[in-house]
Amino acid sequence: MSPPEPYLGEVSRTPVRHHILSVLVENKAGVLARIAGLFARRGFNIYSLAVAPAESHARFSRITIVVDAESAPLEQIVQQLDKLVNVVAISDLAPRDAVERELLLATLPLDYKHRPAMLDTLTNAGASIVDVGPTSVTVMLAGTPAACDELERALEVFTEVELHRTGRVALPRLG
Amino acid sequence: MQLTGAQALIRSLEQEGVDTIFGLPGGAILPVYDPLLDSSIRHILVRHEQGAGHMAEGYALATGRPGVAMVTSGPGATNIVTPIGNAHMDSTPLVVITGQVATAAIGSDAFQECDITGITMGITKHNFLVQSAQEIPRAVAAAFHLATTGRPGPVLIDVPKDVTQSMMDWWYPASIEEYDLPGYRPEVVLDEGAVARAVTLIAESERPVLYVGGGTLKSRAANELLVFAERTGMPVVTTLMARGAFPDSHEQHLGMPGMHGMYTAVTAIQKSDLLISLGARFDDRVTGKIPTFAAGAKVIHVDIDRAEFNKVRHADVAIQSNVGAVLTAFDAAQAMPRNLDVWWKTINDWRDQYPLVYDEPTAEGPLRPQHVIEAIAAKAAPGTIVAAGVGQHQMWASQHWKFEEPGTWINSGGAGTMGFGVPAAIGAKVGRPDRTVWCIDGDGCFQMTAQELTTARSEGIPIKVAILNNAYLGMVRQWQEMFYEERYSEVYLSADLPDYVKWAEAMGCVGLRARTLKEMHEVIDEANAINDVPVVIDFRTDAEEKVFPMVASGASNDDIMVHPLQRGRRR
Repeated sequence: MSPPEPYLGEVSRTPVRHHILSVLVENKAGVLARIAGLFARRGFNIYSLAVAPAESHARFSRITIVVDAESAPLEQIVQQLDKLVNVVAISDLAPRDAVERELLLATLPLDYKHRPAMLDTLTNAGASIVDVGPTSVTVMLAGTPAACDELERALEVFTEVELHRTGRVALPRLG
Repeated sequence: MQLTGAQALIRSLEQEGVDTIFGLPGGAILPVYDPLLDSSIRHILVRHEQGAGHMAEGYALATGRPGVAMVTSGPGATNIVTPIGNAHMDSTPLVVITGQVATAAIGSDAFQECDITGITMGITKHNFLVQSAQEIPRAVAAAFHLATTGRPGPVLIDVPKDVTQSMMDWWYPASIEEYDLPGYRPEVVLDEGAVARAVTLIAESERPVLYVGGGTLKSRAANELLVFAERTGMPVVTTLMARGAFPDSHEQHLGMPGMHGMYTAVTAIQKSDLLISLGARFDDRVTGKIPTFAAGAKVIHVDIDRAEFNKVRHADVAIQSNVGAVLTAFDAAQAMPRNLDVWWKTINDWRDQYPLVYDEPTAEGPLRPQHVIEAIAAKAAPGTIVAAGVGQHQMWASQHWKFEEPGTWINSGGAGTMGFGVPAAIGAKVGRPDRTVWCIDGDGCFQMTAQELTTARSEGIPIKVAILNNAYLGMVRQWQEMFYEERYSEVYLSADLPDYVKWAEAMGCVGLRARTLKEMHEVIDEANAINDVPVVIDFRTDAEEKVFPMVASGASNDDIMVHPLQRGRRR
């Protein structure tokens, strides 16, 4: 019998039933560890996470967490998170009620053979070139998570692509 | 006024009304032990930091006031992790102060350094690493506020050595606003709509049960419970964490539910049409197999912690509140179930069929552990506090002791921490020196923390310890007998090694032993006559004795196993 393959986690894009939690926290040492630790010990899955200082206050940070609502009931995730003393406020955004954006950066080899196809892909996606080197180019797309997913898929045909995504940030939809 | 951080720490504890600290000094906490000499606070020098933590828990459970423990960094801190985890599971208010290496050394793998705030993140309500002496008063005030409000729990304050050695200008937070806790809002407004919906559910119910959990004790709602229960005539069950919240002598009390609960308490829940959960959390030891737990019941769930709602069981009405306020609101609304005569007739029939029983003891021994507990209880002063370790003896103590008031049952529920009993009993006796304190312990548990009897002797804390010595890790043995075809694996401890009488004497305690019924009565009388030093009694009990009733792990509560003497009776 051959040994089982190591489990590397689910390879997937945004989970089908995901929710966006916009969490206002005190900007103190270890707060991110408290949140990550809570998710780990309760078995809640984080799909993506973005952290930055909130508005103009140095006192607070905003953490945007995309949670997999399949892994645990959303109510449990929110209520357990709310018990963390450093968590000040949580807004739970259903995907349909939120404006979500994400930044994708990718470095692509400048390969003359594939250059037209590559340019087509980038143009179609609305990506822009932000850095050019002798043998490669860095492109950027700021857009919906779906647009980033689509560009990521389109770039899969090219080799030696290095791609980073920020994880999304979100605000409630106004209209 | 200029103080050192260490002086400020002690002064802050005085400000919070602390009268006792359980602790053990070491390098990083050394500066704090100096101003302690000038303080009115009593310090109890333990022999192991785990003892300090459990003593603080026993103190808190017996008095309702937060327990305080203080230890050094590194191993001192890690040794108190178990009590912190235990207090977290049982929502016991605790403030634990740990020394830490100097701020400049943090992260350098310095001598006796460990990341105790990181280690205890998941088992504290909150923890602080204090960055400057000026911040000490705020951290202490906030810690006590957090530990004692909302759902209580343990809070840890980690204080680096240079912080306690540096100077500060004395101040103390004058109001909650100065605690700097913008994310902590423990106060709740009672949801009148939810109360009204609950009153409607009660009015429709014919088979209600009041499922009383530890939160009823934590919110000091025993009086409100008694008033509400007597006015409505509903049956009451008290969980392991709620023993004493409702008098065991009360005819409406069906006893403890759960894995080793009373047949009637378990079955009444199963057959109920309305479960009113008061500060309980649907623990797996109570529910058994969840889909079949009280399958026909609607649920009114009262808890101060919203995260408990719908965690295990769907709540038809969830009310975030302390228990007393809700019961008062129910009374104000004249909440009343339907006529319960049929329900009580059914319940009383179960009671008649399945009382708590055990085999008759024989005069020459071995002793029956249940009988030993009942004999101690029969001769105990009213208001005696009982602490227990974890295992068979704990279940028997909960089943056979009659608890009449809050704060008289001290045990480790959620965590199931063996070795809890002796130090917790010491802490309870420190908090309530007016009361007799018995520790009902097992031989396995006793060996884990017995060294604290040296502490008890030297500090003049005269507790009484009953070791139900069956020479086994009895609960594990019971499971191996019942579920592993009597394949006993690593559970035998020997009744004679150690010699518990000599061990007790070596620690300055009185050591007694009983093998026969006559000896049992004699040593209990002898122990009751001693009030100046701790007493340890080695009761030789039957190793084959098992705890019944029992719901097997993962089984449905419908499949409760009664005592062999009762098998074959009609259900």
